[in-house]
Amino acid sequence: MTKKYTRDHEWVRIEGDVAVVGISTFAAEQLGDVVYVELPAVGKAVKQGGDMAVVESAKAASDVYAPLSGEVVAVNDALNGNPEKVNEGAEGDGWFVKIKVANAGELDALMDEAAYAAFAKA
Amino acid sequence: MTATISGNHGLQQAVGLLFETASLARSGVDMPAPKGRANRLGGLGRKVAPPLPGLSEPEAVRHYVRLSQKNYAIDLGLFPLGSCTMKHNPRLNERMARLDGFADLHPLQPMQTVQGALLLMEELARWLITLTGMQAVALSPKAGAHGELCGMLAIRAALFARGEGETRKRVLVPESAHGTNPATAAACGFTVDEIHATDDGHVDIEDLKKKLGPDVAGIMLTNPNTCGLFERDIREIADLIHAAGGYFYCDGANYNAIVGRVRPGDLGVDAMHINLHKTFSTPHGGGGPGSGPTVLSAALAPFAPVPHMVRRGEDLALVEHSDTAEGSPFGRMCAFHGQMGMYVRALTYMLSHGSDGLRQVAEDSVLNANYLLARLKGHFNAPFGEGPCMHEVLFDDSTLKAHGVETIDFAKAMLDEGYHPMTTYFPLVVHGALLIEPTETESKQELDRFADVLIALAERVKTDAAHFKSAPHLAPIRRLDDTRAARQPKLRWKRDEALKTAAE
Amino acid sequence: MRYLPLSEDDRAQMLATIGAKTIDDLYVDVPREALLSAPVALPAHQSEMEVERLMKLLASCNIPAGKTAFFLGAGAYRHHVPASVDHLIQRSEFLTTYTPYQPEIAQGTLQALYEFQTQVALLLDMEVANASMYDGSTGLHEAAIMASRVTKRLRVVLSGGVHPHYAETVRTACQAHGLEIVTLPAAIDDEAAVLRAMDANTAAVIVQSPNVFGTITDLKPIVAGAHAAGALMIASFTEAMAFGLIEPPGAMGADIVVGEGQSIGNAMNFGGPYVGLFATKEKYLRQSPGRLAGETVDADGKRGFVLTLSTREQHIRREKATSNICTNSGLCTLAWTIHMTLLGAEGLKRVATLNHENACDLAEALDAIAGVEVLTPRFFNEFAIRLPKRAEVVLDALMEKGIVGGVPFARLNPREGMDDVLLVCATETNSPEDINAYAAALRDIVQ
Repeated sequence: MTKKYTRDHEWVRIEGDVAVVGISTFAAEQLGDVVYVELPAVGKAVKQGGDMAVVESAKAASDVYAPLSGEVVAVNDALNGNPEKVNEGAEGDGWFVKIKVANAGELDALMDEAAYAAFAKA
Repeated sequence: MTATISGNHGLQQAVGLLFETASLARSGVDMPAPKGRANRLGGLGRKVAPPLPGLSEPEAVRHYVRLSQKNYAIDLGLFPLGSCTMKHNPRLNERMARLDGFADLHPLQPMQTVQGALLLMEELARWLITLTGMQAVALSPKAGAHGELCGMLAIRAALFARGEGETRKRVLVPESAHGTNPATAAACGFTVDEIHATDDGHVDIEDLKKKLGPDVAGIMLTNPNTCGLFERDIREIADLIHAAGGYFYCDGANYNAIVGRVRPGDLGVDAMHINLHKTFSTPHGGGGPGSGPTVLSAALAPFAPVPHMVRRGEDLALVEHSDTAEGSPFGRMCAFHGQMGMYVRALTYMLSHGSDGLRQVAEDSVLNANYLLARLKGHFNAPFGEGPCMHEVLFDDSTLKAHGVETIDFAKAMLDEGYHPMTTYFPLVVHGALLIEPTETESKQELDRFADVLIALAERVKTDAAHFKSAPHLAPIRRLDDTRAARQPKLRWKRDEALKTAAE
Repeated sequence: MRYLPLSEDDRAQMLATIGAKTIDDLYVDVPREALLSAPVALPAHQSEMEVERLMKLLASCNIPAGKTAFFLGAGAYRHHVPASVDHLIQRSEFLTTYTPYQPEIAQGTLQALYEFQTQVALLLDMEVANASMYDGSTGLHEAAIMASRVTKRLRVVLSGGVHPHYAETVRTACQAHGLEIVTLPAAIDDEAAVLRAMDANTAAVIVQSPNVFGTITDLKPIVAGAHAAGALMIASFTEAMAFGLIEPPGAMGADIVVGEGQSIGNAMNFGGPYVGLFATKEKYLRQSPGRLAGETVDADGKRGFVLTLSTREQHIRREKATSNICTNSGLCTLAWTIHMTLLGAEGLKRVATLNHENACDLAEALDAIAGVEVLTPRFFNEFAIRLPKRAEVVLDALMEKGIVGGVPFARLNPREGMDDVLLVCATETNSPEDINAYAAALRDIVQ
């Protein structure tokens, strides 16, 4: 399945009833070297557009919002000692969180890759 | 730089970490030998001595003098930091603060033994209240941000006294505000609602009007604002906030532009902190100590925190408990009475300048900033440079970015020219901000030299971006890796780590 | 005027360059009725000589501690600070420099902060310390808020041995933050009472050791009890020198250790500026307030120091910051680290021992007086005594003999009915003559 994107530069990839979420390559480039990622606890309930995580560079901290509502079922612990994974593969190994999706219909509100590419360029 | 055998470069001495040169057996303090009498520690004596290394006095002096060589200072050259007011630190202040009659006083000495200290505090209070046209002052806040907390706690107390403490929880803060403003509001349990700026760098009063409501606790405004401009609509803003039932907090960081020329009390301000380490010349000391007395309007004066200064016949006294104080103090900001050491320095400065001198301070600070604006505006873009600025002038990075140079690169290149850079990336309303505040203690010659260098650098940007990207070249150290410091925080020396490195 | 370099000629030339006629033209945005046309009603400028005369007159209306036999503690302490400390901190490059935001030209400040952080961590036996808070009392309220952030709970319990000013400061700041602050009744020797006051919503217990009555406490059982309930244990102190001789809170398992560092490097200064020491465990670092200096390398691989983990702080995180703090104690912090470097472990232990021995001598001498009772079972350099009269009355009588005998507990907390309790301190600066004079005078007064 292809990725979808939010206006806040998060991406979502659906794997069964679980959504894998991270920040876009564009966002990671804008942020610069990632030094730390604050991930939510497994089990936490999240709402579409609500606070989910924080990603930090040396000089900035950006809130990362949940692209879909649901329950956090996994977090990428590998980021704990190796936050550079976000810069190396923001849309792959640098994923943040896996969410058990509450309402797949929420995906409709998100942009596809082409729409996001145009949005990011603007 | 040419390599040398010692690692020293002429006068510049190399210096290692204290823990690499000092030893556990050395000490630079001679004390009489203890008697060895029985102790009364109840078995709670320290089992393992802290491995704190010591140095003899000559070695210690060398260590710190060598460290001092690696610092820039206002005594050395210009520190054009916007909103920091890096003015000259008069040495009379230091001499007075060290008088035994001020320095060797315990805060809890019997009050009849410290009447001079209390009189000094009362006099400082009188100057602050008279200059600002306000009703009362809380001297105790230990720094500017602490003063903000004091002002916002007073506002919170006033709202609760009116029975509206639970319903009025929203504070309006311009998007150009210093980060301490929203942080302070949040610390008091308020939510923060940002107000936009207009295209000419002022608070957007239409946006403000839209955001008023019965749940508004107040506004936190900096005036002059962080773009270096006086808020011309300030009386209207104050009236709007008051009519909506809220209070007006003013961040006094930029008071240097208007001290002696404008009274915040005349503008409708309810609370304003004053940075003694900015406007009133107490030294920045590498990051502190500050002092943030907060002036209060008649509406907020009843809620001023303890201690309160009172007269009892001939004598002055401190009332230290809320339940025996006048009005309804919201509590206590800190132990004891505040930063007395900074009060001595600030009052010495006020007495030196006098009322007429302080007016001149404000005028010269505004003149100096406008002079730099006039000299630089052909070479840098001042987004609000159509009209005059106050004591600081704001440029953006459009003339730099056009040639692939970032604000940070420009700043690092200034280090090689012997200047501390201006404030960068603040305020956030302008891209790659460069905020310059010369203060009144810079001579015209110094300003001309500074402007000449900036103009020459602006020219060099057009043809030699690489020079800026790799700067600095002449500082004691090259550009430092912030990312590594944040990814692998190393916040102290550890003996086992050091031994490991030595073995490798 | 001596601090204003511009001449009238300069001003005229500069106005011409700017294109303004008068300085008032530059104040164009100020409402005309608010622009003052004359200086405010305060004295005009004075020469350095005149100002010095005035300030010295004010200073002479005070009795400095050194002119008396001095026995005050209770949060501020009179110690001997070596001459080189004050001399070094007055170097231009330390006194008149700014916060080290441009690290390449501030390695002096940054390395001194890194060394300070290390020394504090070693003294308190904790994993990591920050670059200082304003003072012990504000540091304590920050610690309480931090504990709430870490545990996600809203209640904090303070023992009856915490300095009343500290408790007041915590209450003031934390209640506005939404925390419930519970302060237990004053107690000479019951720090562990906090455990009996805990509940499932308790974020932290705060104890003080040595406490305001001077009592030293074994914190291990309190740590165990707090942890068993999922709460943090915050150990506070007002006399940093104590840890030259007594077991530090870090060795006993405290989660946050915070207190006053004034004793080292800094004069009493009638209450400020002081220096707050703040240390915690590495796992809580990102929730902690205050500045941090960290080690890194430069573009040539050379070791250097920078401010780091700044994303916790207000200038980046704004309303989500761990604190609104912008400054640290800068120069006071430098004075602390220089004094500690001069002391070293040996020097610190020796000074601390002298403090304790003088306090023991004084305690024995006072306890021997009929009607006077030393209440503190185990102490470092201060203890509480019960008198047969009101402490204030005794204090006045001692003052007449040139002895500043202590702090009446009732001055700090008048609500506990402890009018007859006096807090007494002896440091290395007290001589045997002072101590004998005190005992003799007190014997006369209470007869």
